[in-house]
Amino acid sequence: MKKQKPETIEVKSFGDHHVITQPNPLRKVLVRVPESDLDDPVARAEKALEGLSGEFKNWMTIEADRLSAAHAAIVRDGFTNENREELFRAAHDIKGDAATFGFPSAGAAAESLCRIIEHAPDIDQVPAELIKHHINAIQAIVRERTKLDTATTASKLSKQLRGVADEFLVKVNRDRPEHLEAILAPSIVPAE
Amino acid sequence: MYRIDFNKLRFLICDDNPHMRRILRTLLHSFGAREAYEAEDGATALEMYSHYVPDIVITDWSMPIFDGLELAQMIRQPESKGNPYAPIIMLTGHSEKRRVTVARDAGVTEFLAKPISAKGLYQRILNVVANPRPFIKTKTYFGPDRRRNTTNAYIGPERRVGGEVEVMQQPSLLDKARTPV
Repeated sequence: MKKQKPETIEVKSFGDHHVITQPNPLRKVLVRVPESDLDDPVARAEKALEGLSGEFKNWMTIEADRLSAAHAAIVRDGFTNENREELFRAAHDIKGDAATFGFPSAGAAAESLCRIIEHAPDIDQVPAELIKHHINAIQAIVRERTKLDTATTASKLSKQLRGVADEFLVKVNRDRPEHLEAILAPSIVPAE
Repeated sequence: MYRIDFNKLRFLICDDNPHMRRILRTLLHSFGAREAYEAEDGATALEMYSHYVPDIVITDWSMPIFDGLELAQMIRQPESKGNPYAPIIMLTGHSEKRRVTVARDAGVTEFLAKPISAKGLYQRILNVVANPRPFIKTKTYFGPDRRRNTTNAYIGPERRVGGEVEVMQQPSLLDKARTPV
């Protein structure tokens, strides 16, 4: 456990709120170094990440297979809360991880699938082919990356899927302004 | 110029995805951190939070049963026995602005949208270490001051009302939090 001594917290009370200021408990980890210091922790971390990159293709395959398994469960049993959530989480993980693993187009396709699951008023009414195309596209992008023209094709494929998905979502949410706003709002992450 | 001595920081990582935990662990270790505890769900993270008293929490949002948002809300309980002030960095695949607002209103200190980068993570950690914000307690909110912009250019209704009534000193809750369980 830490050896820090207790310090006081200042509380300023106002009519409907308190402002609480405490001495920075982490200030001791800030170390002054000369401008000439060449240590670069970010570069070090990037290099370490590069060292992991040999595993990325395998990890991405595992994630894509998890997504396919979630989809297979839905095809078999229909949508339940449980398998819908698993499909969303599997797609959501790919959305977050894929660019780090070197598969940005798979991430874009997974994001499109997440949006369908999140914003479709009734998931049972989503055309099965639309979901299936997303799953197949992600699998194809992951499996076929080694081919020379894959990057461009993958990018085109994910953009087309997103276009079709957005068209569907805008149509089915025309009377749901809060969803429509979320669908049309720009992402805070720069596009691929 | 200042640098963080990561060797003195204790992290708690919460993510249900083992690959992302591995990446986070790799990044933190290469920054120089030695102590990085890992949980794969919010409930385990909350237990570990009480036990290990981390300096910084890094959590995913979307997890089964007990997600990262609920974890943040559980940590930000001003009357709890634990430390309600620890910086929480939400690292998530959610990339919509409204999600940032929801996370902020749950008491999250910093928001980092995936895909993760060494630079993005380092900057968030540097920010919580070097520029901690005061905490605000209202009837409906307890967490870091959500007003980051300190300029006087704001135009709109004043949502915090009431003049200053008193300034009081009280023992650190951190002291309480650091007491071994």
